[in-house]
Amino acid sequence: MFDSLSDKLNSTFDRFRGRGTLDAEDVAEALREIRLALLDADVALPVVKDFIARVRERASGAEVMDSVTPGQQVIKIVNDSMVEALGGAGAVPLNLNAVAPVPILLVGLQGSGKTTTAGKLALRLAQKARKKVLLASLDTQRPAAQDQLAQLATRAGVPSLPIVAGQTPLEIARRALDVGRREVYDIVILDTAGRLSIDQALMDEVKSVRDATSPAETLLVVDAMTGQDAVNTARAFNEALGVSGIVLTRMDGDARGGAALSMRAITGAPIKFTGSGEKLDALEEFHPERVASRILGLGDVVGLVEKAAETLDQEEAEALAAKMARGKFDLEDYRKQLNQISKMGSLSSIVGMLPGMGQLKDQLGKANLDSSVLKRQVAIISSMTKTERAKPDILKASRKKRIAAGSGTSVQEVNKLLKNFDDISDMMKRMQKLGQKGLMRHGMSALMPGRFGGAKH
Amino acid sequence: MALGFLSRLKDGLQRSTQKLSDNLSSVVTRRRLDDAALDALEEALIASDLGTKVAARVIAAFRRSRFGRDITDAEIRDALAAEIAAILAPIAQPLRLDPARHPHVILVAGVNGTGKTTTIGKFAQMWAGQGLRPVLVAGDTFRAAAVEQLQIWGNRTGAPVIAGPANTDAAGLAFDALTRARADAADILLIDTAGRLHNKSALMQELQKIIRVLRKQDPSAPHSVLLVLDATTGQNAIEQVRVFKEMVDVTGLIVTKLDGSARGGIVVALAEEFALPVHAVGVGEQAEDLRPFDAMVFARGLVGI
Ligand SMILES: Nc1nc2c(ncn2[C@@H]2O[C@H](COP(=O)(O)OP(=O)(O)OP(=O)(O)O)[C@@H](O)[C@H]2O)c(=O)[nH]1
Ligand SMILES: Nc1nc2c(ncn2[C@@H]2O[C@H](COP(=O)(O)OP(=O)(O)OP(=O)(O)O)[C@@H](O)[C@H]2O)c(=O)[nH]1
Ligand SMILES: [Mg+2]
Ligand SMILES: [Mg+2]
Repeated sequence: MFDSLSDKLNSTFDRFRGRGTLDAEDVAEALREIRLALLDADVALPVVKDFIARVRERASGAEVMDSVTPGQQVIKIVNDSMVEALGGAGAVPLNLNAVAPVPILLVGLQGSGKTTTAGKLALRLAQKARKKVLLASLDTQRPAAQDQLAQLATRAGVPSLPIVAGQTPLEIARRALDVGRREVYDIVILDTAGRLSIDQALMDEVKSVRDATSPAETLLVVDAMTGQDAVNTARAFNEALGVSGIVLTRMDGDARGGAALSMRAITGAPIKFTGSGEKLDALEEFHPERVASRILGLGDVVGLVEKAAETLDQEEAEALAAKMARGKFDLEDYRKQLNQISKMGSLSSIVGMLPGMGQLKDQLGKANLDSSVLKRQVAIISSMTKTERAKPDILKASRKKRIAAGSGTSVQEVNKLLKNFDDISDMMKRMQKLGQKGLMRHGMSALMPGRFGGAKH
Repeated sequence: MALGFLSRLKDGLQRSTQKLSDNLSSVVTRRRLDDAALDALEEALIASDLGTKVAARVIAAFRRSRFGRDITDAEIRDALAAEIAAILAPIAQPLRLDPARHPHVILVAGVNGTGKTTTIGKFAQMWAGQGLRPVLVAGDTFRAAAVEQLQIWGNRTGAPVIAGPANTDAAGLAFDALTRARADAADILLIDTAGRLHNKSALMQELQKIIRVLRKQDPSAPHSVLLVLDATTGQNAIEQVRVFKEMVDVTGLIVTKLDGSARGGIVVALAEEFALPVHAVGVGEQAEDLRPFDAMVFARGLVGI
């Protein structure tokens, strides 16, 4: 949909190359692009303004280093500022320094993922931290909400507070702590009903729960797809309750997740976890660096690698990697790779995770390149003989015609596939040259042919 | 009755646009509609999730017609609302049931937690109130207590709920439900589905499978495919609609949680990009909290009147 920010900045700065310093005008133009990119990523407007002001200050007059383009330099400043704004390096652990049973209160808008997160936290604390955890649902609003938490508790293998019909949330909270004390629990997780920040009655209700239980953590659970409203929600919940941490759910989606920055900026509270799925083990510690590059459209290489690891056939992937390392990569390997890619989801969502690939994503989008295209490519390769797959160079006109007919495609499509394969082989060679370290330093963009933008050498 | 509906929707929207109104108030104290005033208006629209491109287009059109004029607060708001309402008017279409179908099959889909199940409860209430016979299908066989949740909605609205044992195949269940609903000549079959993110292709294929299986029995089914969107969602809603539309031929949208502080401005961008009808909006958690989508009311809500 949009070019990645790095593509845009690189083209903005192409004109300014060769100058000694970034002048105010260059920076202003870059900042306009950054502003748009942040807004497109759903960072809330007031937060964008503050952020831009900080970047302006840092970028103005900064010396341009020889080794990088001005665009890259601004990207680095932006990225560093973003990581910092998201909390800097390292994850902030849960605060469990309180008299047992330590209460943890989960709050947020309707449907943000509180109940699921309660189950995830319980599993994590019980398994990894070996704590004795009790789950309690204070949700007397949503149909079957208490039932839902009880079922999740069973899945997590932790007890849940027995359901007593007719009790108010405050009564349930008190009962949960009583049971927690009597039965010597380490932690009591209190799940609450979803509520709108402008619903005074329900906000007062959760305040009374907070006052009665003095939670060690009051976690605001927020959907990563949240738009500009993040500001209102963050402010209202923080003013009413004093939020101590944030959980960002649905990071397994393809939203850019600008809400993370908004939430952090408005509440000042650290983002403690991200949710990346519906299953109870899909809870991760928060990594500012990853989310920063995701918001900025610089790609999430780590996320991509993880996603690949999740879906790819491990053995096959390792065999492929070994071949790549030896610089031996033929059409048969390419076919296997295509098959693996189609398992990972839509091509454009994968490409979108790569830095410097904004333009390519655009092209893919326009060509409507979807899994059907992958399938056609696989069909083409399947119509080749073993020798042809191993030595694509022997593919001349007559062979191409036969392959096109055999796979129900056209010679053009066969040519296109061969071109793709060439590009990829090219990429493999660059990868070899760069080696592991180079890859870390330059990111995936170092592998892309120049016309895709990304890092220049 | 209808007037009561409208004024309640307006209430909800008005609350939800408090922030935008505040932004706008500071805009409209200016006498002349100049660049600064237009910039502020554009920011107000961005802050309501219209997105940078759509906000810029709306303001550009607005600039052409009014730039440099002396203009009052009320005039600015009216004109801007009219500008937006014109974009929204074509998509404000109630869900029309085909009376020849027994049942009219409705598949309800969307990403997690948007309000699918609740919206089904609200529709059931509305149609039962009109003397129709809706039947609900607990097609979310995945999430904890999703079946129980829909069953409570069935009890509340008097609509029968068809459910299978835990972890049944949703497509098989939908097929059986359609058989039963046809035998009983039910008027509407509302199929709930598990929330799924649009970028998970396996889950999207599952949804396609439900449709394929339904068509074995009734080639015209489903007669409506509703995508339920949460008004707090930002720009990602565009991707959601794009993918769901491509994969399961969405026929219309429902926008929920408009009783909150989110303004749902993304609907304007969706109208421009996809022109899918918005059939109704959700303004609360109760059975009666479903409202028709009214372009002018919504647009005026967006600009804070
Ligand atoms: N894909 C994905 N889905 C999630 C995640 N977290 C929660 N969900 C899903 O989101 C939906 C809503 O989650 P709940 O835990 O019921 O949300 P809630 O905040 O408790 O909702 P209310 O109690 O109604 O306010 C369910 O379908 C969950 O499975 C996540 O990280 N990724
Ligand atoms: N304030 C408000 N809350 C709503 C509205 N619609 C739904 N909700 C609430 O949002 C939460 C999620 O609603 P569900 O109907 O369970 O959502 P769903 O899409 O079925 O969720 P999954 O099946 O888990 O994907 C519940 O707490 C509902 O009460 C609405 O219009 N306004
Ligand atoms: Mg809940
Ligand atoms: Mg549901």
